[in-house]
Amino acid sequence: MIDNKTYSLKDIIKTGLLSGLIALSLSVIGFITLLNKRELVAGILSLGHVFLFSPLIAFAYLSAVRIKDEGKYKILGSGFLIGILTSIPLLILALIEHFYDIRQFLVNVSPDLMEILLFNQGIVAGSIILMLGMGLVGLLAAGLQTLPENIRGPITYALTWTLLIGTFSEILSGRLRSFFGPQFVKIIFVRKALNPLVAGILLLFFAGLEINTQKRKKRDDVKRPWKNLDPRIKNGLGMLLLLLLPLVLGTYLTEVVNNVGLYVLMGLGLNIVVGFAGLLDLGYVAFFAIGAYVMGILTTQGHLGFVSMSFWTALPFSVGAATLAGIMLGIPVLRMRGDYLAIVTLGFGEIIRILALSDMLKNQFGGAQGILQIPKPNIAGFDLVKPEFLFYVILLGVLLALFVSWRLRDSRLGRQWMAMREDEDVAEAMGINLVSTKLLAFATGAAFSGLAGAIFASKLTSIFPHSFNLIVSINVLCLIIVGGLGSLPGVVVGALILVGLPELLREFAEYRMLMYGALLIVMMLLMPEGFIPSEVSKRELHAHEIQD
Amino acid sequence: MQRRLKDINFLDVVLWILRAVIIGAVIWGSIATIIENPYPINTWVETIIAGVAQGSLYALIAIGYTLVYGVLFMINFAHGEFFMAGILTATIFLAQPWGKSGFLNQHPLIGLAIITILSITISVGIALLTERVAYRPLRKAPRLVPLITAIGASFFWQYFFRGLFGSDVKGFPQLEILTGKISVFGILVLKTHAVVIVSAVLMLIGLYIFVMKTKVGKSIRAVAEDKDVAALMGIDVDRAITITFATGAAMAGIAGVLYALVFRQVHFFMGFIPGIKAFTAAVLGGIGSIPGAALGGLLLGMFESVGPGLFLEGLGIPAPHQLKDVIAFTLLVLILILRPQGILGERISKEKA
Repeated sequence: MIDNKTYSLKDIIKTGLLSGLIALSLSVIGFITLLNKRELVAGILSLGHVFLFSPLIAFAYLSAVRIKDEGKYKILGSGFLIGILTSIPLLILALIEHFYDIRQFLVNVSPDLMEILLFNQGIVAGSIILMLGMGLVGLLAAGLQTLPENIRGPITYALTWTLLIGTFSEILSGRLRSFFGPQFVKIIFVRKALNPLVAGILLLFFAGLEINTQKRKKRDDVKRPWKNLDPRIKNGLGMLLLLLLPLVLGTYLTEVVNNVGLYVLMGLGLNIVVGFAGLLDLGYVAFFAIGAYVMGILTTQGHLGFVSMSFWTALPFSVGAATLAGIMLGIPVLRMRGDYLAIVTLGFGEIIRILALSDMLKNQFGGAQGILQIPKPNIAGFDLVKPEFLFYVILLGVLLALFVSWRLRDSRLGRQWMAMREDEDVAEAMGINLVSTKLLAFATGAAFSGLAGAIFASKLTSIFPHSFNLIVSINVLCLIIVGGLGSLPGVVVGALILVGLPELLREFAEYRMLMYGALLIVMMLLMPEGFIPSEVSKRELHAHEIQD
Repeated sequence: MQRRLKDINFLDVVLWILRAVIIGAVIWGSIATIIENPYPINTWVETIIAGVAQGSLYALIAIGYTLVYGVLFMINFAHGEFFMAGILTATIFLAQPWGKSGFLNQHPLIGLAIITILSITISVGIALLTERVAYRPLRKAPRLVPLITAIGASFFWQYFFRGLFGSDVKGFPQLEILTGKISVFGILVLKTHAVVIVSAVLMLIGLYIFVMKTKVGKSIRAVAEDKDVAALMGIDVDRAITITFATGAAMAGIAGVLYALVFRQVHFFMGFIPGIKAFTAAVLGGIGSIPGAALGGLLLGMFESVGPGLFLEGLGIPAPHQLKDVIAFTLLVLILILRPQGILGERISKEKA
């Protein structure tokens, strides 16, 4: 990367313009306008502002880190300059829009966006405010770097937590209302955003908390009561918490958690195929679809059904069909590697979707109308209709898949997979039977996905071919990469971040794939091992550092 | 190639059965269709010409895959998005306003030329940006890594342009001089199809000369052969790779304009499926080979347009045209199983494959 010594005025100007272009892109694609609808602190700050200023804050801070030995004034000056430069592309946009209507080309350059950019002022006053505001924010971001750690820590900690609480205030206020009543909620939240006064108190509270922790750290008496606990008790407590989760979360959040759970299930399956065995499968949704369709056909009470099995009787058939499909796909692609495999599996996934959609199989699979009237799972004559009950079905599936993956990982088969991932030829030379090893990877992965599909069909009670497009495969791939390829906790974390967060922040839904795409690139560039790297990739990266 | 293990033989048996089943189905379907004879001969001729035009588009896009694969051994998954970006931008900023004001029909040649230039510029710009940000830093990483960033880049650009221009389908104005048919050797051909086929042939010939006869082309071929040795010979490898990306993207930009002329509508998702199809075409013809991409594109276009009517109709499948993508993907799988080096490709050595 760029050397410290050569980081000059020219680089600062480049950084500033880059951050300005990113802010401009975020604005013209409508991201800022959309997020502006979510207020964090009532009347003061919205999520749109946070994202408008985030490239500036990041770049100003990073460039301050880079020149941290060059004196306070230079650092502050660079932050200010980057702020001014960031505002320039935005100002140009505002000026063009003011004199010439470009909304006929760029649909998202709306009057709302202009209001955000110009702070509800006229073009002249607004421009000056934007420029100076950005300069000031850049100055502050750079200035943060010059502060000593014991001041900087509490400030960032308090800001992060307050912003997080503000972001999720809609959900928080809903949950708090059901526990403490509407009166309490009215004090804290105004129009689903934080009351400014409360935000101030929160800031002080978190800053104090962090200062306290730092002091403790210095005296070395950080309280960790759970550290000495027996791991069995710890696991038991964790389990109990999980079982009680639906009671705490309420219907809506449980529904979100259920979706996350299904993606964890699929992620665990794909993790075996891609993470353990190194076979990049882009048609993974096909097995999900097969699981769902088999469940649908076997259980539906609509006109497509012919046996009307119960959920539990049909479940083994669903999983079995998906597993079989995994092997069937596996056989022709046994000799393919890497990118060819990716494209062929992608093609396979599309073939399954198009077939399900086609008129050819309409009498069997319902074509575009899908399969309706699929019953919910049923235990002892009691339909599990509410998401709170389905939660336990999904939890059971996830725990089973986690257990299987965990036991397989260190088994003989797991080690064979990893050997194959590293080098197929060497693995074969070591006596590993590539055919059965690969097919087992495909089959296990497909089985997990089929299970997820079966639960999915029963959960929605109707399935359509459109639910099984390529985007699902990409989502699953993204979440295991973000979590860390080959890492089991990584799958859970990845699903929480990539599936749970967008469900909570509905505004993101439209830009979900944009963020996924950017995330894939950024992760591969900065931390290819993911957030929770597996042991192997940790070791590999370490070895790499030593080699360098 | 020598036979290795007995379990590989089992695999061979399975693959042979697969081959026999599919070829059998194709032959049976074709014979049944020919006996039934549901369409007049003119329909077949029209279908074939539409297939050739479609195939020419695939060929132009496939060039981008082939060139990049030849140089970097990576599938540039985002290439379909380069194709989309150019024509979408040109449609919004030039074609639609000019269509409304009538400029395009008064000066069709100048108008189309400027639209093509803008389309190429945007395609190339997006391609170079992607290469610089998402591919270049990862050139030495394991091969799965750039493939994943390429998938990321593909989705990023799709939804970036969706945010920029909206998610609706945009109409491309109709050109008066390109409406109707012309007679070529007694066969009536849609004028747009004729334009597509002629321009694609010209572009492909031009590209072949560029890569084979010019000094820059020579440097691209040298880099494709061996990057390190090429660098030792005084070739700027980064520059050669940049030019490779730019050339592929320029072809995609032109293909975008031709696509808009034929189908008269553009949208943010239009690059994805043609991108995968063009990749299929590149593999079909032999990836890394320019004539291969042309031949592969042509064959794929023909298969897709003739296939549903010829193979599937005879098998008694209703609405076979819904399944034309299935034919393309099945063809891809078959080619990769039966002849991974493609029709014109050299056998890829193991380290490259």
